[in-house]
Amino acid sequence: MAVPALKIDGAEVLLDAWPEPAGEAGWARAVRARAARRLAERGAPVRRDEYWKFTDPTSLTAEPALPAALLADDEKPMLDGADQLRVVFLDGVLAPGESDALAMEGVEIRPLAEVLATDITWARELFGALEERGQVPVDRPLAALNTARATEGLAIRVTGRAPRPVHLVYRRSRPEAEALVRHLVRLEAGADLTLLESGPAAARFNSVTEVEVAAGAAFHHVRTQGRDHERRAATALFARLGEKSLLKSFTLTVNGRLTRNEHVVEFTGDEAVAHVAGACVGDGEFHHDDTVFITHDALACESRQVFKKVLRGAATGVFQGKILVKPGAQKTDGYQISQALLLDETSQFLAKPELEIYADDVVCSHGSTSGAVDEDALFYLTSRGIPRRSAEELLVLAFLDQAIAEVEDPGLGDELRERLAAWLERRRQ
Amino acid sequence: MLEISNLHVKLEEEDKAILKGVDLAVKAGEVHAIMGPNGSGKSTLSYVLAGREGYEVTDGTATLEGRDLLGLEPEERAALGLFLAFQYPVEIPGVGNMTFLRTALNAQRKARGQEELNPAAFLKLVREKAKSLHIDAEMLKRPVNVGFSGGEKKRNEILQMAVLEPRMCILDETDSGLDVDAMKLVADGVNALRGPDRAFLVITHYQRLLDHIVPDVVHIMADGRIVASGGPELALEVEMNGYADILKSVA
Repeated sequence: MAVPALKIDGAEVLLDAWPEPAGEAGWARAVRARAARRLAERGAPVRRDEYWKFTDPTSLTAEPALPAALLADDEKPMLDGADQLRVVFLDGVLAPGESDALAMEGVEIRPLAEVLATDITWARELFGALEERGQVPVDRPLAALNTARATEGLAIRVTGRAPRPVHLVYRRSRPEAEALVRHLVRLEAGADLTLLESGPAAARFNSVTEVEVAAGAAFHHVRTQGRDHERRAATALFARLGEKSLLKSFTLTVNGRLTRNEHVVEFTGDEAVAHVAGACVGDGEFHHDDTVFITHDALACESRQVFKKVLRGAATGVFQGKILVKPGAQKTDGYQISQALLLDETSQFLAKPELEIYADDVVCSHGSTSGAVDEDALFYLTSRGIPRRSAEELLVLAFLDQAIAEVEDPGLGDELRERLAAWLERRRQ
Repeated sequence: MLEISNLHVKLEEEDKAILKGVDLAVKAGEVHAIMGPNGSGKSTLSYVLAGREGYEVTDGTATLEGRDLLGLEPEERAALGLFLAFQYPVEIPGVGNMTFLRTALNAQRKARGQEELNPAAFLKLVREKAKSLHIDAEMLKRPVNVGFSGGEKKRNEILQMAVLEPRMCILDETDSGLDVDAMKLVADGVNALRGPDRAFLVITHYQRLLDHIVPDVVHIMADGRIVASGGPELALEVEMNGYADILKSVA
């Protein structure tokens, strides 16, 4: 079927908005060219696309990006800690002066531009590779744009147990700044890394991370997306999992006019585990979309998708989660749950769970609910003297907890819980 | 302590009268029991006093130590010292029992202008109260009532009562679903709280709970009214002859 001209023109606009990267190695140029061609041929996302029908991509693709007011934030930074390697991006640009030295035992960490200018085997094998695989069967045009144009980001190779988490801190200084950021992460066999991300990054943020998790390696990812009300973000995490490896990714989203978080995970080694989770809280002009595609192409892998959304004031939540079990991927254990707590009549939750299974010895299930606060629980709490608003907050936190519980580090989990409680309380006052 | 006068209540959603003129006075230090057949309005009375939504008071008053209850939010009634032990305690996944108890206690203290209890003092208080009710640390850590057996839920109600130290305790069919041992444990917990400054209203379908929590006054409720009142012997009469005889004699 011919791709509509609207999509083709849109792709051209996207590609023209960012300069073609210069001074890179031939292999990188080739990857970029392929991605650009893919985007040009397949087109920009439009509302009529199957995977964009719940989320209007216009504000993610129209040029120029709409500015977003900077949040006057007096709080202490999220996910912060002394014992981490902090890398700061200011308006989407690496800020070495504000970052720690890019050095840590068991970890090679370099600016993306540096590895794309040279010939490093692991980077050559990874850059654009997982993104390209992830374009089938569903187009991911914004990720293709990222491959074609992004020059900012980090390339991280982990050969052992990383002694500290790597924390990517995204700060904003200009209300109109747009950002295109690309990270490459490779965990060698048995390696272990926690990657933290925090902050809103830009008025419009296009972020792609490709993660290769080799046999027996573990990748923990915890992210908070800042509280800037007007910012827009389209992020994608592409991961490929080797035998007995582990991926755990959790995202907390509070505020933001539009967020589209995609996870594209592929099991290629047996007995691997992937948990993808998210909690979001939105009030008013808030649209939050989790789109997940998990491909089981190995034996006895376990996947979990746990997404919880609390919505109020005409906010919208979207969940599109797919589990694809390929022929032969026996003993697959796949599960997804997506739930929305609607605090008023005007907010809405749109969910599209999909299971596509070509093996006969698997366990796959999904659940999706949306509903109001449980009045029985509310009465029980208030009858014990807890004021109604506090009781409602307790129930909101309880609702989100199943997703937060996916964060393995108890300290991080508790920090997320405390922050959420404080924000909810502050809004009450 | 608790004064109920000519209380008329109907369901908000439909035009159905449930309470049709309840009069009841419970003095400090007393234990009153309300018995009655199913559908007589016993549980409705307890919900209306605690402030549950869905009921409309069409006439009458209810006061706690002279303060009007019916215009208050549930949390305000609790802060005044009213406590309802639920017939069906609600399961609340994700909210830890300890968090719940601490939030409740401190909210009540705050409402009364008292200082909030610090975590260490709170922990000590709860452990002490939990011990006598055979509630172990594991149960305290779990989410509120989630996965609790019937007996555990009821013991948890009594624990809340012991920690919150209300002046007026209403027990709504606390004996339902309990075996004899569990009932005795619950009754012991209630008896330990009896005192000159505290009153109890024990709603029950059967007399057996009243063997363990011996009431000062027994009321029989039928069709939305209290139709007979007397001493503990009234409960025994119900046990022997059922409600039919009493209802006939007052008809």
